[in-house]
Amino acid sequence: MPYIPLEEHLPGITGLLEYRRDTAAPIRELTQVLLRGPSSLTEGERELIATIVSHRNQCRFCTNAHTAAADILLGEDNTSAKVKQDIAIAPVSDKMKALLTIAAQVQESGKSVTADSIQKAKDAGATDIEIHDTVLIAALFCLYNRYVDGLSTVTPADPAFYTSLGERLKNHGYNRLPQGYDHLKKNKPQEK
Amino acid sequence: MAYIQVPEGVPGIRSLVLFRPETGKPLYELAQVLLRGPSPLTEAERELIAAYVSGRNDCLFCRNSHAAAARCLYGEDKNLVDEVLKDMNHSPVSDKMKALLNIAGKVQVLGKEVTPEDIAAARLSGAGDREIHDTVLIAATFCMFNRYVDGLASFTPMDASAYEEMGKRMTEKGYVLPQPQNNK
Repeated sequence: MPYIPLEEHLPGITGLLEYRRDTAAPIRELTQVLLRGPSSLTEGERELIATIVSHRNQCRFCTNAHTAAADILLGEDNTSAKVKQDIAIAPVSDKMKALLTIAAQVQESGKSVTADSIQKAKDAGATDIEIHDTVLIAALFCLYNRYVDGLSTVTPADPAFYTSLGERLKNHGYNRLPQGYDHLKKNKPQEK
Repeated sequence: MAYIQVPEGVPGIRSLVLFRPETGKPLYELAQVLLRGPSPLTEAERELIAAYVSGRNDCLFCRNSHAAAARCLYGEDKNLVDEVLKDMNHSPVSDKMKALLNIAGKVQVLGKEVTPEDIAAARLSGAGDREIHDTVLIAATFCMFNRYVDGLASFTPMDASAYEEMGKRMTEKGYVLPQPQNNK
């Protein structure tokens, strides 16, 4: 049960974003720019950053949602699984390994990011803007994960829920749907 | 030295949003609506939550700047800010603010740390849904800002007077995206 009254058909973050839409607007815009805007990182790579941070923050809702989005964008589910297990064995480029390592340090604390890990990323070809975006995506998910769990929102148990959410994130991104979310009322999720 | 090529001599978050205004715009809009927009919490109380969380995250830039803004906003009661930062539980803030700061402190650690008992204690001291919501979102937002500012090793002024000026500006003008020609 969430700590504050949220719409029952909108589990996880969506109910919160509908609860206070004036704060939701810049959060949505920031996410859309970072995860879907022009970037030399692919959308799949950016979803992997969201996934590893959410996983390490033990936020099941965000981990499941962004794993689903990453898997759909990458066309397979092995990479996201390995990234969560151990960055070193993940089938990603050296540059992505270095960026995921920075994201994992940001998850701990801003102060945990070392000059050494930044240098490794630069040596592997990461640009300043890629490093910037990695740090900000990781920091943004430290916000989302705390927002979602700090107000005890519902985490659906059904894997099909996340597949359809992942499809929505791929097809529509992070902007509020123009028609709102009333159409989701017919398939109420089950509580965990 | 910041880890990336941001404008030199510009402190903290301001240097980062000048580097990437596309993300800077929604970041400043979020700070403005959350800390200055409609809320049952006063602007002073919201700045205090921001300073408290930033202190716990060991982010000197955000802690000092938001503490300075909170001091301006509390006026005669400005000593309250330093007492909260030193020892919140023994500070002279209201029971409601103590309960909300306790929730903010839990959010700083991890979302899952917030318990139904923490929420019940806040409600018992008079906090409603919106106060609880806004407290959690402010705390979560500063867990983002603190990591952004320190994760890229942005410039942290060590001079107390620099923060006094920032606090004044944040009180008078709110959160306005810095422009390249006016970035100090």
